[in-house]
Amino acid sequence: MSEAAIAAEEARPGRLKAFGTFARRNPTIVIGAVLLAFMVTLALLAPLITNPPMQASPADRLKPPDFSNFFDPEKRDRFGTDNLGRDIFARTLHGARVSLMVGLSVAILATVIGLAIGLVAGYYRRVDAVVMRLMDGLMSIPSILLAIALVALTRGGLLLLIIAITIPEVPRVVRLVRAVVLAVRERPFVDAAISVGSRSRKIIIRHVLPMTVAPLIVQATYICASAILIEAGLSFLGAGVPPEIATWGNMIAQSRLFFARAPWLIFFPGAALALVVLAVNLLGDGLRDRLDPRLARRM
Amino acid sequence: MSAPVLEVTDLVKHFPVQRGLLRRTVAHVKAVDGVSFTVAPGETLCLVGESGCGKSTVARLITRLVEPTGGSIRLGGTDITKLDDAAMVAHRRRVQMVFQDPYASLNPKLRAGDIVAEPLENYEAMGRAEREEAVAAVLKKVGLRAEMMRRFPFEFSGGQRQRLGIARALALRPDLIVADEPVSALDVSVQAQVLNLLVDLQEEFGLSYLFVSHDLGVVEHIGHRIAVMYLGRIVEIGSKDDIVSEPLHPYTKALISAAPIPDPRARREKLVIEGDVPSPLDPPPGCHFHTRCPFAVARCRSEAPALREVRPGWNVACHLVET
Repeated sequence: MSEAAIAAEEARPGRLKAFGTFARRNPTIVIGAVLLAFMVTLALLAPLITNPPMQASPADRLKPPDFSNFFDPEKRDRFGTDNLGRDIFARTLHGARVSLMVGLSVAILATVIGLAIGLVAGYYRRVDAVVMRLMDGLMSIPSILLAIALVALTRGGLLLLIIAITIPEVPRVVRLVRAVVLAVRERPFVDAAISVGSRSRKIIIRHVLPMTVAPLIVQATYICASAILIEAGLSFLGAGVPPEIATWGNMIAQSRLFFARAPWLIFFPGAALALVVLAVNLLGDGLRDRLDPRLARRM
Repeated sequence: MSAPVLEVTDLVKHFPVQRGLLRRTVAHVKAVDGVSFTVAPGETLCLVGESGCGKSTVARLITRLVEPTGGSIRLGGTDITKLDDAAMVAHRRRVQMVFQDPYASLNPKLRAGDIVAEPLENYEAMGRAEREEAVAAVLKKVGLRAEMMRRFPFEFSGGQRQRLGIARALALRPDLIVADEPVSALDVSVQAQVLNLLVDLQEEFGLSYLFVSHDLGVVEHIGHRIAVMYLGRIVEIGSKDDIVSEPLHPYTKALISAAPIPDPRARREKLVIEGDVPSPLDPPPGCHFHTRCPFAVARCRSEAPALREVRPGWNVACHLVET
């Protein structure tokens, strides 16, 4: 390395250096976040950078992937085409929109609802027994069955799907929050807050709520990953989003019949699904290690 | 003598012991079993006794962190055991607490300034700047610097943290501070500093202390009067000088003779008691101490001695002490 290069290396801005240290100590967070950011960007840009995902072209049916001229905007067979001649690349990217949307919505909804219920159940012991039995009941509902029932009763749709996946996830959050609240309320600083005249609401918001944030962020990533998988499963079964929206689940479902002749039909949505779930889980694992006080000495 | 700040009468706390699927109450732990005492303005009453004797429970009862089973706690003339939560909030500012563990009693996620400001937020209608000024003033009173209010608890040493706890208790200028073993988690050298701070603050603000401790050295340093507890009852209460120099109750004698004397040549008569503290689930009949008392007679096993005044201002619960 030349002297100039060494000097440039040393003159690297402090922020960048700090990030380098962070990345070396928390590789899973960085890998997960980068991967996820990449997928989110592609999903957001999908309508701008791809062909319409529903445009059928019977002449181009079941074309294998062709990576030449990858960035040619007119190209329709980067990832190959399906049995109706639709662009798999476009459909995969559009499918990411549904998956990420469902994952994010379910994670946020389940966390917010679960947090509110968990705080109340943990802090006010009188409602605890009733709420927790109710949660046990909710937890015993399989989300796939609930979604199929809801879709059968109504017309279906994305919102309904999100609600159906959220309901059985809420009790997990409630249990987690309640456990944290029960532990925190025994800590002496809560007694101290009572003795300086703080009322319950203030104690919950100021002293208890912040303690739940770290475990909740971790839990939210797991919920996000499992929601994405459940959505794919439901779409595969035909109980998810309507077929006119491309999702990884219904893409895989439709390619079942042509799988032997055209494996790329199943490969690309499947790989995308695996990649997103992996990214979210990596992020979650990394955050758990990072936020867990018992492992914090590495910080 | 002026009206007492705190008047505790026949205070009782029984903790139910629940067992089995239906959580039936099978027994009661008689943690506090009929305790009475008063604390005068500007006075330090030390509550001493070995672990499990109920002294911390008394402290928590007086701050109503636990609900009493019976008896009354009069704070400036008002019986706080009858107050509902809303009325209790109004009374809390008169009695503040300093906790044993200076680590656990400070929320690790809050800045020192916010910790000390919390009582002010609850009771004083102050603007942000005004409150910050008040916090800075209180911090200065306890020997911390005003700019430390930006720091988090983990950036303080043990002694500084306990000063922070004292600042929080002092912020509302209470009449009474209940201190539950405030120095037992600290190094001996730091203990002395914190004790001296408590004494200085008492002189400056005319505070009363109810000081819970198991350490007689500490008690001798800070106390005006001493109450000795054994298994939920007070066995002896009187002025510190009297009790330390000439304890009357056999348990107090044993306690005092067990305390180390800071002079290697000094000798004093040792009274060693045998055995363990009986379970408060099933305390012995009569005098609670008779199972370990070297002087016990038949009467001690059947009849519980009342706390009676054997010298002026000096009460002992023992059949054998002559009036």
